[in-house]
Amino acid sequence: MADDFITELAGRIRDHASRKAPVRIRGGGTKDFLGGSLAGEPLDVSGHAGIVAYEPRELVLVVRAGTRLADIHRALSAEGQALAFEPPAFGEAATIGGTVACNLSGPRRPYAGAVRDFVLGARIVNGKGEDLSFGGRVIKNVAGYDVSRLMAGALGTLGVLTEISFKVLPRPPEEATLAFEMDEAAMVESVNRWAGQPLPLSATAWEAGVLRVRLSGAASAVAAARRKLGGTEVADGASYWEALREHRLPFFEPGRPLWRLSVAQTAAPLGLAHPQLVEWGGGLRWVVGALGAAQAREAAGKAGGHATLFRGGERAAGVFHPLAPAIAKIHRRLKEAFDPAGILNPGRMDNF
Amino acid sequence: MRAASREDRRPDALAALASVRPALRIVAEAERLAAFEMDAYIQRRATPMAAALPDSEAQVVAIVRALARLGVPIVSRGAGTGISGGATPRPDGVMLVLTRMRRIVAVDAAARLAVVEPGVPNAQVTEAAAPAGLYFAPDPSSQVVSSIGGNIAENAGGVHCLKYGLTVHNVVALRAVDGDGDLLEVGGAALDAPGYDLLALLHGSEGNLGVITQATLRLLPRPESTETLLAAFATVKAGAEAVGAIIGAGVIPAAIEMMDRVVIDACERFMALGLPKAEALLLVEVDGGAEETAETRARVEAILAGCGVTEVRVAKDEAERANLWKSRKGAFAALATVMPDYYTMDGTIPRRALAEALEEIYALGREYGLVIGNVFHAGDGNMHPCIFYDSAKPGELERSEELGGRILERCIEHGGTITGEHGVGIEKLRQMCLQFRPGEIAAFHDVKRAFDPADVLNPGKAVPSLKRCAEWGGMHVRDGRLPRPDIPRF
Repeated sequence: MADDFITELAGRIRDHASRKAPVRIRGGGTKDFLGGSLAGEPLDVSGHAGIVAYEPRELVLVVRAGTRLADIHRALSAEGQALAFEPPAFGEAATIGGTVACNLSGPRRPYAGAVRDFVLGARIVNGKGEDLSFGGRVIKNVAGYDVSRLMAGALGTLGVLTEISFKVLPRPPEEATLAFEMDEAAMVESVNRWAGQPLPLSATAWEAGVLRVRLSGAASAVAAARRKLGGTEVADGASYWEALREHRLPFFEPGRPLWRLSVAQTAAPLGLAHPQLVEWGGGLRWVVGALGAAQAREAAGKAGGHATLFRGGERAAGVFHPLAPAIAKIHRRLKEAFDPAGILNPGRMDNF
Repeated sequence: MRAASREDRRPDALAALASVRPALRIVAEAERLAAFEMDAYIQRRATPMAAALPDSEAQVVAIVRALARLGVPIVSRGAGTGISGGATPRPDGVMLVLTRMRRIVAVDAAARLAVVEPGVPNAQVTEAAAPAGLYFAPDPSSQVVSSIGGNIAENAGGVHCLKYGLTVHNVVALRAVDGDGDLLEVGGAALDAPGYDLLALLHGSEGNLGVITQATLRLLPRPESTETLLAAFATVKAGAEAVGAIIGAGVIPAAIEMMDRVVIDACERFMALGLPKAEALLLVEVDGGAEETAETRARVEAILAGCGVTEVRVAKDEAERANLWKSRKGAFAALATVMPDYYTMDGTIPRRALAEALEEIYALGREYGLVIGNVFHAGDGNMHPCIFYDSAKPGELERSEELGGRILERCIEHGGTITGEHGVGIEKLRQMCLQFRPGEIAAFHDVKRAFDPADVLNPGKAVPSLKRCAEWGGMHVRDGRLPRPDIPRF
């Protein structure tokens, strides 16, 4: 069944390649808003779903790319485990393939790692219709170039993900959320100072003068950190972090352009006139409002990072931060090698 | 095409190196080149045309450009501790030796980052970060000597990977010179970067995709508390099963190392540590908050008790901890006393297969009449069988290599990989043809061409040519699927 799907998919890709007819890879369709233009005939991969292998003792999960995130969460939860990168779903139909392709990690990212840090292997169909497997199902593996991690964040422009293996981790037994009133500069200083200490931090978010900090780990470690940090305990912590992860907080109210500025965690406040929500220990600064691309990119660049127009807004100038010429050169060559006919999600990663 | 012979091209290569400004330290005399004739993969050696020892990134750019123009291969080298031959010289190539670029450019305690040049030894990063209560997590056993550039090129691991990741998880940015001589700045101080994850791709690329000139490393806070236990088992199987039981219980130890009888005996003879009499020893380290660590240690002890442990020693203080680690850290030195030579393998398998794989390894050892000892990262399933041989006995080196190859094949059959942390280099090229199909091998060459279209950076290493795979007759058929017929084969 599953291999039939891949055989058929590969044939279809070869056909599209021969006609130079673009495909638009689609899982649950929950991330259509993200990235550059959507072009080509829809290629629905959501039917290629299911857990291929899951052995909790191995800390390894192998899934078909069309598997819904919700199904993965359920299977892992039953064994007291989780995807440590805490991926946002942005909708019930979200699939793991889309999550990896978009490189979406949630509030835990600075303390646990990103999607790519947990990818152990990937099976893909490239733009030539070849069924290829990279990496594997073990935690340490340096055979061959790390093409599986390369797929994380490639927005489907190098291949259609069909199967992915992950390292999974035990779910932390205890979590607590603390709130502090402080201004942005004090927040940046505090969250970085705390990150340099052995504290069980697992998320931070600052908005409108309030910093929330999540602690996760052994009950004793969380209790000790709570005593050390002070602040006010937030009762409904879990629902706050979920709303943040899924962009359901009032800050993310639809209709306004949303910029994502990924910057150095210690970067000073950006001084933009628009409302901001800062998470990832200072490293991720969401800005809402009609910010120009040039202004967003300049602000992010000065702060050691890059800007993405995440939702809405004026998209003519591209949604991603332009690449340096030498880096763009490598991108062009990789794209040319993996997808010579240029049929996989063209334009989704701006020029690639 | 590199049709011209070494002798024809050497004067041009030397002239090209001499033209680099600011002027470069060049080694060209045969006797001084002997220092670079091999890395720690001692089975192969060669004399390079010359060695270039740059002091700066600008010189690296100039060297790569000048040699690429001539089509002269460039083999990068750090401390030369690699054990798969990644830095074995080519007689028709130049060694690019990065040990003089050993400046720690900055340690930013607030940002928990260290900016270093490639020649900085791994352990010096932690030394520099220690006053801020920080450290660099990757700790390959060569860490006192091995350089950061080499660690990145091999995606080095160490004993704390299960909890703290590999090198790729602990590096946030790189500056590297590609095969065109262009400077690539990948990653950055932010937690991600636009575009493809070239940072991941450069890790473990064995000097094939770029010459690393600077790295920004993630530093971590020292855990508040660390505890170490030594557990003895009457059988290797019981020890291997205890590893799965600990992880299955939701404990992620900072390290779980295993040693078998051959290694225990060698350590005892070499260091007289008073180790328990056992067929297998597990060294388990847990860390975290003070109370948390004590709780976790107690849980581990309880799990071990249910796994037929015959003796558990818990270190009471730093001195005792260091003492427990002595056997593991000194194991490879101790093994050198067993026989004149040994050959260390590096396969990874799913943990559940540990006991079975160890039995198979012992059986293969008996078949080849060679002794094998095992000291390895059991928590990661990363095995390091050490095959003992005597190179003075005709044919014994070749037999040990053949046995090593058989062990790697078993790793693939168990669903694992031929190299967990040592790299492919030249040593495991043949097994690459077994682990991957032609399509994947071709994709690796595509990746290589994206960074190095003229194939000047470490050519012939890390990825075999499809032609060689065909000659070895090792093309792989996986899951009964024939390799893709549409791929131009050889």
